Amino acid sequence: MNPVLEVKNLSVIYKTDMETVYAVNDISFSLEKGKTLGLVGETGAGKTTTALSILGLLPERTGQITSGRIVFEDAVLNELSRRELERIRGHRISMIFQDPMTALNPVLTVGDQIAEALELHNEEHLNKWAIEKKVEETLEMVGIPKERKNEYPHQFSGGMRQRVVIAIALVCNPGLLIADEPTTALDVTIQAQILTMICDLQRKYGTSVIMITHDLGVVAETCDQVAIVYAGEIVEYGSLLDIFGGGSHHPYTEGLFGSIPSLTGHAKRLQPIEGLLPDPTDLPAGCKFSPRCKYCTQLCRQKQPPIREQNGHQIRCHYTPDSRTITADAGTARKEDLE
Amino acid sequence: MAKTKKKLSMNGEIWYRFRKNKAAMIGLVILIFILLIVIFADLIVPYSKCIDQVGRDRLQRPSLKHFFGTDELGRDLFARVIHGSRYSLFIGVATSLMALVVGAVLGASAGYFGGVVDNIICRIIDVFICVPPILMSLAVVAALGTNLKNLIIAITISCIPGNVRLVRSVVMTVSEQDYIRAAKSYGTSNFRIILRYVLPNAMGPIIVNTTMSISDMILSAAGLSFIGMGIQPPAPEWGALLSAAQKFMFKSPYLLFFPGIFILLTSLAFNLVGDGLTDALDPKLKD
Repeated sequence: MNPVLEVKNLSVIYKTDMETVYAVNDISFSLEKGKTLGLVGETGAGKTTTALSILGLLPERTGQITSGRIVFEDAVLNELSRRELERIRGHRISMIFQDPMTALNPVLTVGDQIAEALELHNEEHLNKWAIEKKVEETLEMVGIPKERKNEYPHQFSGGMRQRVVIAIALVCNPGLLIADEPTTALDVTIQAQILTMICDLQRKYGTSVIMITHDLGVVAETCDQVAIVYAGEIVEYGSLLDIFGGGSHHPYTEGLFGSIPSLTGHAKRLQPIEGLLPDPTDLPAGCKFSPRCKYCTQLCRQKQPPIREQNGHQIRCHYTPDSRTITADAGTARKEDLE
Repeated sequence: MAKTKKKLSMNGEIWYRFRKNKAAMIGLVILIFILLIVIFADLIVPYSKCIDQVGRDRLQRPSLKHFFGTDELGRDLFARVIHGSRYSLFIGVATSLMALVVGAVLGASAGYFGGVVDNIICRIIDVFICVPPILMSLAVVAALGTNLKNLIIAITISCIPGNVRLVRSVVMTVSEQDYIRAAKSYGTSNFRIILRYVLPNAMGPIIVNTTMSISDMILSAAGLSFIGMGIQPPAPEWGALLSAAQKFMFKSPYLLFFPGIFILLTSLAFNLVGDGLTDALDPKLKD
């Protein structure tokens, strides 16, 4: 089966006069029709940058794709002209933004904003009346009474606004939906509703979804494939079972799971991953995770690790769980960094 | 249950907050009063009365026959002030609107696109900003000749640089917002984003600035007329009335007083309304 979206060796930098930020480094993944891919990682790991480069929305003067191809259905997105991209955006690929409080235009009614994408991509030549009807249908679909279409965003609560944002994203039945932390700004009960809704709509229309999040609970709930992103690289990639099941993992993934409180076990102290993401303007030479890795060796700090693959489960590490040991190196590496 | 507490629309809310501001409401009342004068000037007193020269009625004090007295040529000052409101207000509103449109187009392009576009527009504006506004207007009027059209052009030009800068700075903050990026993700073109997303959201400060600038425009038109570079006699513009009155300042001070008080009231009214709008449009002051 042909993938809907294929990203190959994508690298993105943000370049200013002062410095160059290496935001995404050589990321590859593919996504099949109707499936969900989770991009998981810390804040600043490059998840959103990946999403923005798929849509061609990187900041014009600073953001820049240095290498790689983004293939969507039959088009190479990063080689299209602005006009051609505008035709695809909102129509065949759409995006749900992180913060519903700021993602809606405060001076247009929600109905007008939902109609916007329809009017822009009006390939079926719908008339005004048909567009209105479609807007009402879409509102009802996301659980907002259609009478509210003439209200302004400030008259909605956060959860309701996120529904509006989702309605805008889905009104043209896109083939690919990019959800950039769609539930981060919402409280837990609303989170569940929104996620269930996205999944239901996805099943109904066969939409492929890229779910960007740092919440492993959300991933477990929604995704088929998972990519763990660290410092602009995918350090581990596999099916939901590969990542959440036992088996072997990248030390970073283990660290992530170690930072989640367990509901069943005894209350222990959490084990956070020490340190911070490396400075993206000055990435470590070898493995990007080496300064924080407790298994770090000389080799890790000098050489970029290869990808080891087993039944589609990829791990970017020099060692397997059997061949690595906790080293004293890790501590010194951190200290050197601090100095 | 009756829907008594219906939520206010955005405009309703702004009006509600504006209404609570007493000074702004006073300004609005004065403004409506002056607008009524402008609209019904011909009904209040026929235009012919303000250019008819009656030799024996020269420099009369205010009386029941001539409410504001008469000038040195025996023209009724009341009629001249009433009809002068048309010129003054027209100049104020027309110049402000033209400066607004030009400022919005240039400022929005500079602020939204940034980079080279921004640089070119800003450097040109810098050149204009170096010349004091009144000097700029004088130079334009001197070059084009003195009549109403050129006066409006001159004042507009002197007002554009400030507007461009204002619009540019507001547009720059609005362009950073998430909903602009969201609009791009629906496939909206730049032109449409500026028209439907950027400008409406930048409107608050721009509206306020425009109402405030109307009074400035009236004053600078009055200033130009005062030094004889504005509206030419016998047309009754308020500044021109003042200018004519200066010769009789001590003998007939009422000639200065009445046009002066109208200029003052109008600018005051526009300023109060502008102030009120600033508060009403600022969501941070919501209570």
